Amino acid sequence: MFGYYLDLALRSLKRNRVLTALMVLAIALGIGTSMTTLTVMHVLSGDPIPQKSAQLFRVRMDVSPDDHFRQGDKVPDNLTRRDAEALLRNGKADHQAAMSAGAMVVVSAQGEPLRVATRYTGADFFPMFDVPMRYGQAWRPEDDAARARVAVISGDLNEQLFGGKDSVGKTLQVGGQSLRIVGVLGDWAMNPRFYDLSNGQFGNSEQVFLPLSTALDLKLSTSGSLTCWGSAPDSRAPEAPCIWLQYWAELDTPAKAAAYRQYLQNYIALQQQGGRFSHPGLAEALDVMQWLDAKGVVPSDVRLQTWLALGFLGICLLNTVGLLLAKFLRRSGEIGVRAPRAARSSCTAWSRPAWWGWPVACWGWRWLRWAWCWCGTSRPITRHTSTWT
Amino acid sequence: MQIKPVLVALKKHRLATLLIALEIALACAVLCNAVFMIASRLSAMQLVSGVDESSLGFIQLGGFDPKSAHDLNARVVAGLGAIPGVQAVRVINSVPFGPAAGAFGVTLDQAGKQFRGVPELYLGAPGTPEALGLKLVAGRMPGAEDYQTVLEGYLPANSNVLVTRVFAEHLWPGEDALGKTFWTGRNQFRVIGVVAQLSVQQYDEEGERGAQWTVFVPVQPGPQLAGTYLVRADPRELDRVMVDARTALAKIAPDAVVDHQQSDTLPALRTRFFQADRALTGMLVGVIVSLLGVTALGIVGLASFWVAQRRKQIGIRRAIGATRGDILRYFQTENFLIVTFGIALGMLLAFVLNALLMKFYELPHLPLYYLPLGAIALWVLGQLAVLGPALRAARVPPVVATRTA
Repeated sequence: MFGYYLDLALRSLKRNRVLTALMVLAIALGIGTSMTTLTVMHVLSGDPIPQKSAQLFRVRMDVSPDDHFRQGDKVPDNLTRRDAEALLRNGKADHQAAMSAGAMVVVSAQGEPLRVATRYTGADFFPMFDVPMRYGQAWRPEDDAARARVAVISGDLNEQLFGGKDSVGKTLQVGGQSLRIVGVLGDWAMNPRFYDLSNGQFGNSEQVFLPLSTALDLKLSTSGSLTCWGSAPDSRAPEAPCIWLQYWAELDTPAKAAAYRQYLQNYIALQQQGGRFSHPGLAEALDVMQWLDAKGVVPSDVRLQTWLALGFLGICLLNTVGLLLAKFLRRSGEIGVRAPRAARSSCTAWSRPAWWGWPVACWGWRWLRWAWCWCGTSRPITRHTSTWT
Repeated sequence: MQIKPVLVALKKHRLATLLIALEIALACAVLCNAVFMIASRLSAMQLVSGVDESSLGFIQLGGFDPKSAHDLNARVVAGLGAIPGVQAVRVINSVPFGPAAGAFGVTLDQAGKQFRGVPELYLGAPGTPEALGLKLVAGRMPGAEDYQTVLEGYLPANSNVLVTRVFAEHLWPGEDALGKTFWTGRNQFRVIGVVAQLSVQQYDEEGERGAQWTVFVPVQPGPQLAGTYLVRADPRELDRVMVDARTALAKIAPDAVVDHQQSDTLPALRTRFFQADRALTGMLVGVIVSLLGVTALGIVGLASFWVAQRRKQIGIRRAIGATRGDILRYFQTENFLIVTFGIALGMLLAFVLNALLMKFYELPHLPLYYLPLGAIALWVLGQLAVLGPALRAARVPPVVATRTA
């Protein structure tokens, strides 16, 4: 029976090919546009690390001196080196890392200098963000303390420098210093790159990772947002009044997260008592999705665009409904013939719809109902033989 | 033309009328918002940089030893200057549409109480404002004595600076900015000149910084200002000059790496900066065109159907004295009424959509004048779409009345 209806439908569609093509095209356009924007939305607003997004927290605080504190100002995203180091020393979270982005030049196998993006961070970075390793492993916490000359490089850079072979133990020449490669990353791309939104929100991960302490020791250049309250000869010095370090903490349970927030409040209170400032101060820990939301990673344009595309799809569907309606009403006489002649009364009611022209969805529903009736009735419905002309 | 009989007829086709009206309503809502978005993108892309973009290029080097900064600057300025066609090479920290190079919070007093926002600073070597092509509207350009050597940090302790007219007005509304001072931390700036325009490096519409919030600080190049250069050449030769410059740099500065992404002509940097806006505009134009097309198609389809259905009635009307014009106007009036219902609903929808988006996503307000513009566009579209079927209806001969259906 389904085959028969399909045949009827195809015949009907063939009667007016141009109209059929236009209807199909309209729906295709609507679906195409809305799927495109929905994909964009999905990529932009997606959870970059679904397995852990509720356990990773961006720590930010306002510890500006009184003359720079203004009520209602946004909380700075980054920490001073002093605060970051204090939090790291206390180590209250399951994992924690202070970090910054940077850039440096390495020399390729062909002797060509390459400018690469770098991340200066701690050993905890790798387990915290589930970073996969192809060869070797991340450096150990002791390396952080010892300012060890070690580095982890990306798979891409390994390809460029060492032809994709296991390069653990090889050295990387950086401005007259050499770094020992201890690990090579597997494929790892976070989009949005939530751990550092200040250096491009989308894109590849960095190519070289090394301990923050080593980078500071070697005075490698950093990039990203840097805000200072006063002038400092070296904005990266331990006591410089500058905020530039990103701080992430992993807290595996909600209880630990609550305890950590309390710990941050206590930290602020301690700073206040120490006479660093007299304003209330502020410290907060935002999980990944809260953080992305606070930073407005999805541009408002994209949201509007999505709504517009959905509206367009609605127009296309309405349009097709209208055209189908017109088409079927025009042949209402012929359709009258089609009322089934023998069936249970409920089936007849369903088989003689006032809205024969009501579109595909209704047709599908009707078919389902009919199939149900078919199962319940003992004799088959007589099939009439007239065809559409 | 009487409207009443048209309304009576429409009442008999409530479903079809409703469908078309709904389609028009949605089209109106989408059209108004999409056109508004396009307009705001286009106006963003009009950002005036205030410099002679077509004559300028930017070069960024990295990976050199900061200790050799003086030497590197001297080599690059001399080396690039020797390329035929180059009119000037100046050490500058960045250019409009170039990399973000430095934003500083400023206050009107030394104590740091009267905070006035975070402008971007341009640092440049002698001759930079002239090479950029900045237009002075008050005061004077920095003289040779204003370009100081920076001994510590990033900025001189006291400098004589240029500000844009917009930023001067922001700092001192309604006052003459010349001779006034402002501070960033312990560094003092004194305004010696006001320029017409100089846009920030990476303008962010959603940020708090205005597009023209910039300060030009004259300094001598040194370790704090090295590796970034402004190249000026004749617009016709600029592309060639930039290609030559990159080739020449391999010889002039083998110790440094050219940042190929940032080193380009200003027109190219500008194009790249607005790439996303252009893509969005293109997509919206595509949506609008297909939306209008689809809507017109729906109207044509339904109108043709009605014409076919009413052939006999049209014949009767013609037989009892209606002119072709009457028939034509009947269908036009009918279409006008349906579109009007749709527009009334659509305006409401457009406004609700905008208000909702504004509430949740901080979008700008849809200006009211977009609504009548959208309405006119849809009326015109409706009339154009119905014209074909209506003309076919007008051609129905009176003799049809005598035939059975």
